[in-house]
Amino acid sequence: MPAVAADNVTKIFGQGESRVVALQDARVSVEPGEIVALMGPSGSGKTTLLRALSLIDPPTAGRIAIDGELVFDGASVLTDDRRLRRRRMGIIFQAYNLIPFLTTVENVALVPTLNGVSRRDAMERARELLDRLELGHRAEIYPATLSGGEQQRVAVARAVINDPAVILADEPTAALDTGRGKAVMDLLRQLGRQQRAAVIVVTHDERMLEGFDRVYHMIDGRIADA
Amino acid sequence: MNLAFRDVKYRFGRYLLTALGLGLLLATVMAMGGIYRGLVEDALSIVRAPGADLWVVQKDTNGPIAESSRIPDDLYRVVRAVPGVGDAGPIAFQTIQLDYGLASIRAQIIGYKPGHVGGPPAVGAGRPIAAGRYEMVLDRKAGVPIGARLRIGRLTFAVVGLTDGIVSTFGDSTAYVSLRDAQEIQFLKANETVRNEQARLAADLKADPALAALPPSSLAPIVRNTNLANAILVRLEPWADPNEVVKRIERWNHYRALTTAEQEEVLAGGIIARTRQQILLFRIILLTVSTVIIALILYTMTMEKTRDIATLKIIGAPNLKIGGLILQEALGLGLLGYGFGVLLIEATYEYFPRRVAIAAGDQVVLFGIVLAICVLASVVGIRRALAVDPTTAMGGGA
Repeated sequence: MPAVAADNVTKIFGQGESRVVALQDARVSVEPGEIVALMGPSGSGKTTLLRALSLIDPPTAGRIAIDGELVFDGASVLTDDRRLRRRRMGIIFQAYNLIPFLTTVENVALVPTLNGVSRRDAMERARELLDRLELGHRAEIYPATLSGGEQQRVAVARAVINDPAVILADEPTAALDTGRGKAVMDLLRQLGRQQRAAVIVVTHDERMLEGFDRVYHMIDGRIADA
Repeated sequence: MNLAFRDVKYRFGRYLLTALGLGLLLATVMAMGGIYRGLVEDALSIVRAPGADLWVVQKDTNGPIAESSRIPDDLYRVVRAVPGVGDAGPIAFQTIQLDYGLASIRAQIIGYKPGHVGGPPAVGAGRPIAAGRYEMVLDRKAGVPIGARLRIGRLTFAVVGLTDGIVSTFGDSTAYVSLRDAQEIQFLKANETVRNEQARLAADLKADPALAALPPSSLAPIVRNTNLANAILVRLEPWADPNEVVKRIERWNHYRALTTAEQEEVLAGGIIARTRQQILLFRIILLTVSTVIIALILYTMTMEKTRDIATLKIIGAPNLKIGGLILQEALGLGLLGYGFGVLLIEATYEYFPRRVAIAAGDQVVLFGIVLAICVLASVVGIRRALAVDPTTAMGGGA
């Protein structure tokens, strides 16, 4: 059973003359533990597909199933989208998006506490994870004092701490140099495989394509091949 | 994990400064409330001080504090004979300006008959008037020490005692003297005035043949009658029915008897009513301004967190958590601001030129209002936060 199954996903913005088809009949299927890339030039619909899959901006048509559960049936969202994201998804942003007023360890522990895990247990799990990622010594400081690479590794830790079924990453290496970008991608692949999560990474950087199981190429809102 | 606490901790300096600003505003609200209550207490202090039950005043007047009221001072003897009256004493009021050193002090002279109702309830320092003439008990607010000598017209007074917190409706210090002294202050004319009046009287007598035969000295007592008081204060026996005593006194043709409660109503409902309303209105305006300012602060704080709120939405934080962040920060701001306000007003209220009476009940009510304002103001921030589009946290690519 695929962790992510999207069928004929279409997204249309505006109406009449200002109508823009950003995504058309996109089909994506990613198995648990599989790591795929969404490649394509700017404006090709990569981020729109990611937003649609995470239900942040639901599609106009199509069907989406996450971890075997139909969450969008073409007309409406069938689940509490935020509950879905905090329980079964991990999301990584291009600009890291760590909460500035939380320390590194609190940023990582935030998602489990949102899921009802006690603060103490969440902090313990977060510390263990940061230790594994060699960020234990940076646990008590605020994100503003971390380097870009460190911030993105913390963001990866935040995305995986809940053992999600799906990890969605939107250009996670765009703000990093090649070496740091590669390190983040290696970490993502390693954790995704370990946790048997379906990992979908949006990127337009061909240097980062090494190590993906499959690559979806997108052009003008359509998936060209996989 | 309490997000509000962590956000406040992260931006503590700024949050504290904002709360301090709000505290200054709330201290002003508290001061206005204290001035409002102080005004009422000041106004009523002069009515309550003698501990009288009834005020006998000139018919068709509201008594000496509201308007001119003149009655013979020996009326108190007749009043004392009314069944139910325990004690009665004449009282005279006059506002004057005293010079003490280089300072000019406005004072409300209260003349009373020592040993009868009308004197100060207690003397905080020194002693009450004993000699009967040329002694004065001043309120401490005048800043004149015991033993000081004050000149009023042709008379010189020795300050023998000090009272605490008895002032006129305008906040002027009271100065208790004997009734006779008060009558002389009020009616004893300056030498220049006496000379002028004598000259005018002589001219009148010359012009009117009927009066020409009379020597001017025989008319002097008529034009110089000083045996007047402004009211007779009455203290009733414990068993007496005030209404019955009032009825009996008002049967006499020229007098009206007011209970102390009625006299207070004349003051609170008439003389200081507009000032009270003015202060109350100003207080409402200040609270409205506070609400707008808190709402603006919260709106700005929320705007600064737009990206963080969008991120929280994307990682799955429920609206309750996001709304709670704003509401708790608003309540924290209100609590801190209120705390600063209380500290500030407690440290300064004694230095205001007029009495600022901070009542615990008023403070509790204000605390409730501040909390309500914070909740109301946080609605603006919460609405803004809930309207944040989560996609603003993501890259702009398509």
